[in-house]
Amino acid sequence: MTRFVLRRVLQSAIVLLGVTLVVFLLLQLVPGDPVRVALGTRFDPQTYEALRSRAGLDQPLPVQYASYLGHALTGDLGVSFRTGQPVSWIVAERLPATLSLAVTAVVFALLVAFPLGIVAAVRSGSAVDHAARVFSQFGVSVPDFWMGIMGIILFAGVLGWLPPSGYVALTEDPGRWASHVALPAVTVGLVTASILTRFIRSSVLEVLSADYVRTAEAKGLRNRVVILRHVLRNALIPVVTVVAVQLASLLGGVIVIEVLFAWPGIGRLTFDAVQARDYPVLQGAVLLVAALFLLVNLLVDILYARLDPRITVK
Amino acid sequence: MSGGRESTGRRVLDALRRDPLAVGGTFVLLLLIVVGVAGPWLAPAGVNDVDVDAMLRPPSGAHLFGTDELGRDVLSRVLVAARVSLEVGVVSVGIALVAGVTLGLFAGYYRGWLDSVLMRCMDVLFAFPVLLLAVAIVAVLGPGLLTAMVAIGVVYTPIFARITRAGVLSVREQVFVRAAVSIGASDLRIMRRHVLPNIAAPLIVQTSLSLAFAILSEAALSFLGLGIQPPAPAWGRMLFDGRGFVTDAWWLGVFPGAAIFLTVLAFNLVGDALRDVLDPRQLTVSEARRSTP
Repeated sequence: MTRFVLRRVLQSAIVLLGVTLVVFLLLQLVPGDPVRVALGTRFDPQTYEALRSRAGLDQPLPVQYASYLGHALTGDLGVSFRTGQPVSWIVAERLPATLSLAVTAVVFALLVAFPLGIVAAVRSGSAVDHAARVFSQFGVSVPDFWMGIMGIILFAGVLGWLPPSGYVALTEDPGRWASHVALPAVTVGLVTASILTRFIRSSVLEVLSADYVRTAEAKGLRNRVVILRHVLRNALIPVVTVVAVQLASLLGGVIVIEVLFAWPGIGRLTFDAVQARDYPVLQGAVLLVAALFLLVNLLVDILYARLDPRITVK
Repeated sequence: MSGGRESTGRRVLDALRRDPLAVGGTFVLLLLIVVGVAGPWLAPAGVNDVDVDAMLRPPSGAHLFGTDELGRDVLSRVLVAARVSLEVGVVSVGIALVAGVTLGLFAGYYRGWLDSVLMRCMDVLFAFPVLLLAVAIVAVLGPGLLTAMVAIGVVYTPIFARITRAGVLSVREQVFVRAAVSIGASDLRIMRRHVLPNIAAPLIVQTSLSLAFAILSEAALSFLGLGIQPPAPAWGRMLFDGRGFVTDAWWLGVFPGAAIFLTVLAFNLVGDALRDVLDPRQLTVSEARRSTP
């Protein structure tokens, strides 16, 4: 187990190093001078020189990368070309909004996917099963932003129950936060739920055909006990991975949904940075998201190996 | 060999014909290709014909899908935009297919350090959420149709590389490959004549599913203003431009989105049916989507 953990940590560290290289190279790919491009009409020689020097662009490329890496390791992701504020500070400020949206969406997805996936598997071939399969296909084919627009038309336009966009912090006013988060969270949550439903269904179906389930049934256990004690316990282990990966993706910011609902999270920050050509902020957001994604994958692999020791052997 | 190919082709056609969902998906795709090719001729009005006297008109006999905030005919724009989606889908998946298959072939065939280096590079690309990486690439290279195609092509390359490598690793140990090596066939010939045809099935399935994801990604990029630039019509861009009016003009939100949904659904249905016939062990659409977050 220890060897497995060490190997996975080392692999993740190597990939993270590659991620920092890709993120660093993004700035080098900008046609022309990125600082000049970012400043646009606000150009003045003093600001220009200060930003170039602060970003290390007056150094040779390998030195720039070494410096970028060294600073990134200490949490220094440079300063915004637009506001001059530290990028790590700007990104950290946006995290709570993304976190509250991602967690709400995943909770909603779990509330839908668990009962639907389990019932679809236990009653395979029934109307519920067919409905679950249609729902899964719908979820992976529908653009989430279109579903969001449909939600705005129905719940904000026709019924007038919910605000069409905007954000209120949870700590500020929980009631208004709930009304603002409902539409984006349900939009994202439905797509996530469709993916989870399919996994839960196939996972439960697989366990239902296992020998130990037949044994449990043969010794006369009640159906409810077999499902709860034997089937679900084992079937839900692989689902942990999928839920965590989905959460990691959402923490990375659902750019389009955050833009559509004017939700000031990481996704919206990325979009704003692209619009403003604020490359250090774009780099910071992309690096944070990729690092978060790697970290969650690493933790899930380790957790999974603990839950199912056969993984380390494989 | 050709007899085997014929029977596989017939098997695929028979299976697709028996599956009503696949028949529906194929029908929508054929319709889409017709619209993609003949869109400008089928459109009842010019895509950029502005009519300030007919702004935000609801669907009617004169404008079946209504008009937008500039009085342009929404049906005409939806029809003409089909070509953009198909073009981006085909070109970007083509880029991913060629790049991914080439990398995967070399990595799986030669193994060793080349395999390690190439696959670690693919791991790095996999560490980024698909849309985020595409947005970052387009942001850096500048928005436009070509950069959107390249960006989507780059982000879908790793999945093709992984599938190809996995296939090559098993095929290269087969007797017919070892026989080809023993009679002195060159590596390139072995890869082209013996390895590639035997790993084609999962690649065909992945191509179909990737077309769906690529069209979704293009729509998302267009929605963010990073795809084809106005005034050229794109479904995602139409949704973005109309988002401020949708509570009063629902048709601006409904029709372009429905076009994206039907197109992606059709590719997914055909992809799922192809998978059932050609490669039942491969990932379902949901699983494939999860593996390329």
